[in-house]
Amino acid sequence: MNTLPAALRAHVEVRGDQVAIHLLRARQPDLPITYARLAELAAGAASRYEAHGLGRGAVIAIILEHGEPLLAAFWGAVLCGATPAILPFLTEKLSPEKYRQDLVALIGVTRPAAIVTYTAFLPEAEKALAEAAGQGITELPRLLTLDAVEPAMPHWRTDIEAEDIALLQHSSGSTGLQKGVALSHRAVFNQLHAYAAAIRLDPATDCIASWLPLYHDMGLIASFVLPITLGVPLVLLSPFDWVRAPARLLQAMATHHATLCWLPNFAYNFMATRVRERDVDGVDLSAMRAFVNCSEPMRAASHRLFVERFAGLGVRAAMMTTCYAMAENVFAVTQGGMTGPVAIDRPLARALREDRHAALPPPGNDAETLEMLSAGRPIHGVDVRIVDGDGTSLAERRVGEIALRSNCMLSGYYHRPDATAQAFRDGWYLTGDFGYLADGELYVTGRKKDLIIVGGKNVYPQDLELLAEEVPGVLAGRVVAFGLFDEASGTEEVALIAETELSELEAREALREGLRRQIASRSDVVARVIALAPPRWLVKTSSGKVARTANREKYLSQPPERVA
Amino acid sequence: MIATLAGFVTTSILKQPKRVLRADEPLLSSGLIDSFHLVDLGLFVEKTFDVRIDDADLNADTFDTLEQLAEVIRAAKAG
Repeated sequence: MNTLPAALRAHVEVRGDQVAIHLLRARQPDLPITYARLAELAAGAASRYEAHGLGRGAVIAIILEHGEPLLAAFWGAVLCGATPAILPFLTEKLSPEKYRQDLVALIGVTRPAAIVTYTAFLPEAEKALAEAAGQGITELPRLLTLDAVEPAMPHWRTDIEAEDIALLQHSSGSTGLQKGVALSHRAVFNQLHAYAAAIRLDPATDCIASWLPLYHDMGLIASFVLPITLGVPLVLLSPFDWVRAPARLLQAMATHHATLCWLPNFAYNFMATRVRERDVDGVDLSAMRAFVNCSEPMRAASHRLFVERFAGLGVRAAMMTTCYAMAENVFAVTQGGMTGPVAIDRPLARALREDRHAALPPPGNDAETLEMLSAGRPIHGVDVRIVDGDGTSLAERRVGEIALRSNCMLSGYYHRPDATAQAFRDGWYLTGDFGYLADGELYVTGRKKDLIIVGGKNVYPQDLELLAEEVPGVLAGRVVAFGLFDEASGTEEVALIAETELSELEAREALREGLRRQIASRSDVVARVIALAPPRWLVKTSSGKVARTANREKYLSQPPERVA
Repeated sequence: MIATLAGFVTTSILKQPKRVLRADEPLLSSGLIDSFHLVDLGLFVEKTFDVRIDDADLNADTFDTLEQLAEVIRAAKAG
């Protein structure tokens, strides 16, 4: 039973009447979906796929929101041995042009055999296909619609092998859509079993609740594939509904006696400050075993805020756990806090910053220290080491790049042997994250690239800078974007500084507005801080490139203008 | 009411206090405010105008402009 279809089949045969998913819907009662029903929905989609000649090995890109069609589209692909790839859905904020551009990039690299979407989205998908054809892409996917699902009797294929690609994971943004992480059934099952052991998963008593998007590893693996495959009931809420009504998740957790929930760091702050008291009146979360903080820098302060706010509902500090994960390892690399409190390390701030050494202060020394939250210990089957620029292993407490080797690594970036080769060094996968090991615990300190993580979404500053330069009034090549950690929201905010010669107040306001709109509609994030600077304010490197770190420091010490 | 709402949007959400917001200016369809802000806006409206606004009450189906938002608040007061 080491393939997804075999696992689903076993559940249907042993516990077909057991609820696999409690699907939460806006303004409608919860929809319980049993394993038998899930298989019938999947079979309905599978028969559509097969009618179009889609079978083993075909990549099926799925553009659907949470609902029965999405469940059917994914598990239907699993049933016919195809490779599902769930893509982000177009949001009201994002411009259709930008979304189409990303989709064309995906069509060009991944070359899916089909795209499954709603009839309403068909015109958009057709435009993307036309654009792809215009760019000389010859292998175009067929378009299938799945507005509602006709259940059917499942046919169980027995020719699916452990090394077949089970699914593709893409991250959002134009860069992300060009790199699909291909994961074999073997890798997925090695991860599921190792991670289940790490979190002491018990299908008889556990229940997982999630609002996370399914195009991201934390949503797709920990909060979708893991519970359904291992027979743990899942309470599933759409991210669109959660962000509008975060209390809904807590209410549903209480109703279904949820025990586990994965959340990015900002979600702890968001729920602690945005949930109304009356909406959680009588909500009891004492059945919870663990909230798992994952996918963006984790803060002890966010845990404290959450525990303080919801202590009355039965939330306790012992439920706060941490995890370091990445799609390339299917999901988890480490897990902390399941058998005791999450370790907290307090190294000397200066040694960490200047010597890349997480040295502890000598007794009696009152020098400034940093509060570092451990990401936990490697799960079974995963080896972690810290390496320097030459790939040499570093000693305990020395900061370097986090490298890993495991039995659940990606098969490769799909159709990207170049990117796959680049990601490894001597058999070790280089994560691009910096960190150190101490007493077997992993502490993540930062990132190699200038990546900004906003609410769990990865954005590259260079993409934002190029977008900003398109706005009239901005001086060419004189823009910088960087992340600023915001204590209140528990995540990074995007800050943008643009040089301009405009001096008139009204024109400057219009420019700021133009920049804000441009970033909002053409990227996955919004720019919370937009500052205008006079010509030659930005610090450039000797090669003429904008120096992000230097400009960030300059902005913090002497902002170019007061944003009152 | 519209001036108070405009003040909250420009100061707390857009962080552009000098920005002039017209009563009929689209807020959601233009991308000026996103879903994360809707919860903040709801909490502000409840506190400031002493009405009950549930989480799902403010969305792209119920309002887009300050004028329409004021209508939603008046309806909530009356109801």
